[in-house]
Amino acid sequence: MSKALLYDSTICIGCKQCEQACATQNKLPYNDSIAAEEQQSAHKFTAVLTRNDKFMRRLCMHCEHPTCASVCPVGAFHKTAEGPVVYDVWKCIGCRYCMAACPFNQPKYEWGSLNPRVRKCIMCPDRIAAGKQTACAEICPTGATKFGERDDLIKEAQERIRQNPSTYLNRIYGLHEVGGTCVLILSGTQVEDFGYPASPKIGDTPLPEYTGRVMDRVPDFIPVWSLVLGGIYWISHRRNEVAAAEAEEKKNGGAR
Amino acid sequence: MKVKLTFWRAVFLVIMALGLYSAYVRYAHGLGAATNMTDQFPWGFWIGFDCLCGVMLAAGGFCIVGAVYLFNVQSLHSVMRPAILTAFLGYLLFIVGLLFDLGRPWFIWHQLIYMNPHSVMFEVGMCVMTYTTVLFFEFLPNVFERLNWKKPIKWIHNIYPVLIVAGILLSTLHQSSLGSLYLIMPSKLHPFWYSPALPFFFFGSAVAVGLAMTIFESTQSAKAYGRHLELSVLVRLGGALLVALWVNALLRFEDYLRRGMLRQIVKPSYEAYFLWLELALSFVIPITLLSFKRVRLSPKGLYLASIISLFGFITNRLNVSLIGFETYVGHHYMPKWTEFSVTLMIVALGFFLFAVAVKYLPIFPREPEAEEEPVTASSPVLQAVSPVLENAGD
Repeated sequence: MSKALLYDSTICIGCKQCEQACATQNKLPYNDSIAAEEQQSAHKFTAVLTRNDKFMRRLCMHCEHPTCASVCPVGAFHKTAEGPVVYDVWKCIGCRYCMAACPFNQPKYEWGSLNPRVRKCIMCPDRIAAGKQTACAEICPTGATKFGERDDLIKEAQERIRQNPSTYLNRIYGLHEVGGTCVLILSGTQVEDFGYPASPKIGDTPLPEYTGRVMDRVPDFIPVWSLVLGGIYWISHRRNEVAAAEAEEKKNGGAR
Repeated sequence: MKVKLTFWRAVFLVIMALGLYSAYVRYAHGLGAATNMTDQFPWGFWIGFDCLCGVMLAAGGFCIVGAVYLFNVQSLHSVMRPAILTAFLGYLLFIVGLLFDLGRPWFIWHQLIYMNPHSVMFEVGMCVMTYTTVLFFEFLPNVFERLNWKKPIKWIHNIYPVLIVAGILLSTLHQSSLGSLYLIMPSKLHPFWYSPALPFFFFGSAVAVGLAMTIFESTQSAKAYGRHLELSVLVRLGGALLVALWVNALLRFEDYLRRGMLRQIVKPSYEAYFLWLELALSFVIPITLLSFKRVRLSPKGLYLASIISLFGFITNRLNVSLIGFETYVGHHYMPKWTEFSVTLMIVALGFFLFAVAVKYLPIFPREPEAEEEPVTASSPVLQAVSPVLENAGD
C-alpha cells in the first residue's frame, strides 16, 4: 500500500503555509521574497500558484513508475515502498537526464553550486517512515493537502466529485497519468492552466516503458549480433585464406 | 627547435586561451555562470554538440573497420588508420566534453558501481567506456610500430578479431542508444524529431557521417600534409555515402509517412525551417551532388558533398537536442559564449592531437617517395614487421 497526497484546489486558500513548512522540513531558506516566487526551484520544492484568484499547488508527483528513477544511470532515484520517490545525492554524477526526462519538470538544479545537487520534493520519507504525515499536509489549515493511503484518497476524491459535481471538474489528475502518481489533484479549473502537462499529451503509459521496449532487447541483441559479426568476419577471412591458398597452388602447379 | 607563428597557430592559441578562461569560469563558478542552461533547459549545447555530434563524427572508425574486415573492402585499408585515430580522439574528447557538462564530474566512475541497467544513459556510458578501450587497442599498433616493438604487435594481432567484433557491436549499441535517450520524452520533443525510430535514425546517420567524415579527413590531410590522394578510395567512399544517404532519407520519409506528418512538415513554422535546413543539407543537396558522375569522380566534388552532409547531420542532432524542445519549454535557448568557446577548444584540441599523431606515428601508409621519415622507413626491423601489421587480422 502506498501513501499519497490529495490536493483539493477548491479548498486551498493560498496561505502558503505548506511552502513554509516544506522549507523548514528540508532546511531551505524562506522569506517574503521567496514566498512571492511563483515557480519551483532548487530552493522551493513546492509552490502555490495564483491565477485569477484560483490557487494551485505544484510539487513532485511521486509517480508510481518514476521516470527519473528509470533514466538515472547511477540509480540515484528510487521509489520507496511507502510511495515517496527519493534521491541519493552521493550517487549523483550530475548528468541531469532526470530533469530532461521528467514529464512534470520536477527535478531542479543548483546551477550556482560547485557541487550541485538535484532538488525536488521527496515527500518527507523520514516522517512517513515514523508514521507521521508530510510537513505540508500536517500544517495545511483547511485540509486542502491531505495525506493518506492512495486507494483511500482516490475513493475520497471520487466521493467529493460525486457530492459536488458543480464545484469540481470530473477528473482526478494523477489517477492514470503516466501510469498513476502519488499526488492526486482535484480542481474546479483545468490544471493545465497552471503548467501541469495535459493528460492526453503525457498519456497513461508509464514513460519507462518507452525506453524499456528498447532496453529489453539489449541482452538478446548482444550475443546475436556478436555471432553475426563474428560469422561475417570468419567467412570473409576464410575466403581470403582460400583465395591465397588457391593462388599458391596455381603458382606451384604452373612451376611444375 | 623553432616554431613559426603561422595564422592557424595564432588562431589555435586564441581559441585555447578563451577556452581555458571558459573552463575556469565553469569550474570556479559553476554551470550556471558558464552556461545558459536552466531548469527548463537542463541539456544544452554541450550535450547537443560535444556529446551527440561528437560521437557521431567519430563513427568513421567502426564504419571503415567494418568495411575492411567484415566486408573485405581491401581498398579502404589505407584510410583505416586515420579513421581509427579520428574515432579514438573523438571519444577521448567526448569524455573531456562530458567532464565539462556533468555537474559532478569527479563522480563519473559511479557509473561502474551504482549501475542502473534500465537507464539508456547507463548503457551509453558503459559502451562508450568499453569502446574507447577497444579503440585504444586498435590504435596501439601505431605506437608499437613506431617503437619497433614486435611482440606486442603480434599480441594485438592475435586479439584483433575480438577487437573488431566488439568494436562494431559496441558502436551499434551506443550510436543507436544516443537516439533512444530521447524515447522517454514523447511529450517534450517536437513530433518532427520524436519518433519511435530514433535509435535507427541515430545509427543510420552515424554510418553516413562515418563515411563522410573519412572523405573529409582524407582530403583535409592530403591538403595539409601534401600527400597524394588515392582517388579510387574516395570514389568508393563517395559511392557508399550516396547509398547511406538514400537509406537515411528513405527511413526518415517512411517515418513521416507512417506517422502522418507529411502535411505538417511542409507547412512553414519555426521548427519547419530548421527541419528544412536539416533535410536540405543532409539529404537533398548531397544526394543531388553525388548523383552526378562528374561530382562522384572528382575529389573536390566528393569533399564538398561530404562537408555539406556533415553539416546536415550536425543540424539534425542539434534539432533533436535543442530546437525540438523550444516550443515545449516556451522560450529559446542560446548557448553562452563560454559554451561555444569550450566546445571550440575541444575541437581545436582534436585537430591539434590529430596533427601530432600524424607527425610522430605511422598513421598514413608510407609513400613511395618517403619525405619526412627516412629513419623509420629505413629501419629493417620495421620493414619486416609492417607486412604483419598491414595484414593484421586477415
